[in-house]
Amino acid sequence: MGDLTRLSAAALAAALAAREVSAVEAVQAHLDRIAAVDGDVHAFLHVASDAALAAAAGIDAQRAGGEPLGPLAGVPIAIKDVLCTYDMPSTAGSRILEGWIPPYDATVVAKLRAAGLIPLGKTNMDEFAMGSSTEHSAYGPTHNPWDLARTPGGSGGGSAAALASFQAPLALGSDTGGSIRQPASVTGTVGVKPTYGAVSRYGAIALASSLDQVGPVTRTMLDAGLLHDVIGGHDPLDSTSLAESWPSMADAARRGAEGGILSGLKVGVVREIAGTGAGFQAGVRTLFEQSIGILAANGAEIIEVSAPSFEYAVAAYYLILPAEASSNLARMDSVRFGLRVQPSDGPMTVERAMSATRGAGFGAEVKRRIILGTYALSAGYYDAYYGSAQKVRTLIQRDFAAAFGVVDVLLSPSSPTTAFQLGSLVDDPLAMYLNDITTIPANLAGIPGASIPIGLAPEDGLPVGLQLLAPARADARLYEVGAAIETLLEDRWGGPLLAQAPALNTAKEA
Amino acid sequence: MAKDALLDYDTAIKLYEPVIGFEVHVELNTRTKMFCGCANAFGQGANTNTCPTCLGLPGGLPQVNGKAIESAIRLGLALGCEIAENCRFARKNYFYPDLAKNFQTSQYDEPIAHDGAVVVELESGREIEILIERAHMEEDAGKLTHVGGATGRIQGADHSLVDFNRGGVPLIEIVTRIIDGAEADAPEVGRAYVGAVRDLVKALGISNARMEEGNVRCDANVSLRPRGSGTLGTRTETKNVNSLRSIERAVRYEIQRQAAVLESGGTITQETRHWHEDSGTTSPGRPKSDADDYRYFPEPDLVPVAPSREWVAELAGTLPELPASRRKRLRAAWGFTALEFQDVVNGDLLDAVEATVAAGAAPADARKWWTGELTRIANVQGVEASELVTPGQVAEVAALVASGDLTDRLARQVLEGVIAGEGSPAEVIERRGLRVVSDDGALIAAIDQALAAQPDVLAKIRDGKVQAAGAVIGAVMRAMGGSADAARVRELILERAG
Repeated sequence: MGDLTRLSAAALAAALAAREVSAVEAVQAHLDRIAAVDGDVHAFLHVASDAALAAAAGIDAQRAGGEPLGPLAGVPIAIKDVLCTYDMPSTAGSRILEGWIPPYDATVVAKLRAAGLIPLGKTNMDEFAMGSSTEHSAYGPTHNPWDLARTPGGSGGGSAAALASFQAPLALGSDTGGSIRQPASVTGTVGVKPTYGAVSRYGAIALASSLDQVGPVTRTMLDAGLLHDVIGGHDPLDSTSLAESWPSMADAARRGAEGGILSGLKVGVVREIAGTGAGFQAGVRTLFEQSIGILAANGAEIIEVSAPSFEYAVAAYYLILPAEASSNLARMDSVRFGLRVQPSDGPMTVERAMSATRGAGFGAEVKRRIILGTYALSAGYYDAYYGSAQKVRTLIQRDFAAAFGVVDVLLSPSSPTTAFQLGSLVDDPLAMYLNDITTIPANLAGIPGASIPIGLAPEDGLPVGLQLLAPARADARLYEVGAAIETLLEDRWGGPLLAQAPALNTAKEA
Repeated sequence: MAKDALLDYDTAIKLYEPVIGFEVHVELNTRTKMFCGCANAFGQGANTNTCPTCLGLPGGLPQVNGKAIESAIRLGLALGCEIAENCRFARKNYFYPDLAKNFQTSQYDEPIAHDGAVVVELESGREIEILIERAHMEEDAGKLTHVGGATGRIQGADHSLVDFNRGGVPLIEIVTRIIDGAEADAPEVGRAYVGAVRDLVKALGISNARMEEGNVRCDANVSLRPRGSGTLGTRTETKNVNSLRSIERAVRYEIQRQAAVLESGGTITQETRHWHEDSGTTSPGRPKSDADDYRYFPEPDLVPVAPSREWVAELAGTLPELPASRRKRLRAAWGFTALEFQDVVNGDLLDAVEATVAAGAAPADARKWWTGELTRIANVQGVEASELVTPGQVAEVAALVASGDLTDRLARQVLEGVIAGEGSPAEVIERRGLRVVSDDGALIAAIDQALAAQPDVLAKIRDGKVQAAGAVIGAVMRAMGGSADAARVRELILERAG
């Protein structure tokens, strides 16, 4: 076989099933790639070479023994560091959890292992998923494989960059306000945020409990569907997990790729985030409009809809998220796990140790949001801030309900811009927050969303993503429509968009 | 610590009207914890009954214990509360090392049960209705052990250890509305109310209900308002008063202490206070203002609890007869005076007496044996009276006394034998030969002998002073080893003397 790292997960899985390649070979190829390029990209915080090779050997033995294996058995996967893994540090990009190895696996990780996927390591992220650039990681930024001077988005920049630089064929991400979709958008990869409750959050280090959702980070919609099928479903350990049974997302992606489903499809374009507003880059708007044109040409009915409450989405989000985060992060107190910093002078009390630890262990953005959230929940301010934000949330849900009364899916650019320069927004939190304007409404409403690449912006040659949104529980529709658009675009490009990504310097490999 | 000045209790009540209120925490006896599958059990090694959720590890998530919800609904119904159709958990945020997540998952503005009432009866027979504001579900904190100090308190300790086995154990907190009008009875009202709650949760079977083990814990709020004043005084909250007697003492102490402060022109500080069992005093804890900011917000990791009306109705059907109505019913059925009945209740002997009556004994006899001889022996042996003998055995002995086959004294010996493990009452009677001597011949011989020995008594009886026969009865009974029927002996004495 050729370069195993260039295969889609589906193709690699087929090769593994056909015994054309062993899991050990597949893992080794990716470990070699990591060794070659991750010095520049810095997608990984931890690489579990030995454990991955051992797990791969185990899968190979099972396959040789004729044991029944899942469709993705033997395929390597990168895991966002927000997810607990019993055999690898799980830091969520924070100094306060440096070196912390949880005594348990997140449900999604346990499901991965049970399905025979091979964890390669843990990927970089903004500290506790707070950020849109991965620059807020305590362990240094991740670089965008399309242009190492640019960010890979965030918070899940590590997972997206790992995919875009062929260091892993699959990854897990988490999406609180766009942390799967926005990095996918700016790295030319695919990311899906499932319906809230479709995938277990047990063992995902919580940022904002009512917004967080774990999901697949891949290079194709089919790969995302295959991974979604592994990680999805009810988990009794997550009370917000939905009890229903789900159709196969991989099957939905295959149906979509076969074509035909676009005909008669009612596609909504949300006026408020359609790319025409201030802050949207010209090339983003151009490519978005081209995509709409392609859909129309293939029989989709394009309908403009309005979501007037989206105007308040960012403001509401940046009250709800910090409020929940301030409470979720309170457990980082040095008493039971993680970093402990003793006060340098004065009496050693638990309160002072907590204070010193949190002072040293949390980064500036985390402190900013803890303070914001603590304030927003304070007596006397609760109604004005948290209470009002929850009302906006209800209004946004109504906007979506009204829109989905008319259309089957909604489309928008995934992000207002292409990848921005490292360091360009890090001192301007408000500008950084506004970057999430397209992705945040889905989290506030709990609906599923996906980002797929739709081309390179003419002005900077960087990837642009298309966001697809569907009603809650209609995740399969995203896979159908996403795969249909993906197929049409790849036909035009003559292959995946990532084939156009610049080669990374692998000279260090020699 | 400076000793508090106390005002004489009666003076305090003359000048001030006590206003009280209680928060009672009931620890449920569910098999598992409130929000995870860890065992709700004690006695194992520290931190053995823990998991990522109750240890507050990153990534841990709560799952609601359905049995705890059921217990809360049943308790709410028993307290006469409305059961919410829909209610949420909330996070109470504060940092403390025994609180794994640094927030307690509790309920705030949406308790599962609200607006109920319980009627408590005082020893005087006075009945007071205590209004229940709410009963809500929450989780317990872990247990801190302070090491290295002399007192085991945090002050002076060198370090502290945390055991999270108790962390996440289900609690129901029951909050009363303010209770005014208790007047001088306020301390007793506190005792009676908490006792009623304890009896209730025990009857429902939802808690082990042992106050000495902290299964039922009480915080007592006390304030005083000057007679004639319409406004409430500043209150103190005495925490963790964990026996019925202590509640009574603590309320009384706070009334006397606050009255002394107010009388000397001082003001009451709104604060929590610690109760000291040994000295019977309270001491200042932390200042507590109504503006304490716990930054409550609805727990986003849990979905709302929405008990269906059908389920609530079904649970209502499972409620046992509640202690208060049971006591009313039994007291009426048995015809006891308030004092007699209180004896039974205070001795925790309701079940025993009821079962003994059911086994055929007269209520008065059943009460007499259980609150008298059996309680005495139990006290000596340091056990519960109900552990000594069965109600059936007591009924059997009582029946033999009633039929004249046993005297009280013989009956005591029979019970002694039963307690000593010599078998059933019949077997003890057989083995020890404890039968009333009904052979008049033997009695007459003994009487004649006794009368001969006490000629002055004989003279008195002949003079019509029949009560003098008592001295002879005693001598005869002694001579017969107790196995004589005193009434028959008396008859015969009068006969022989006449």
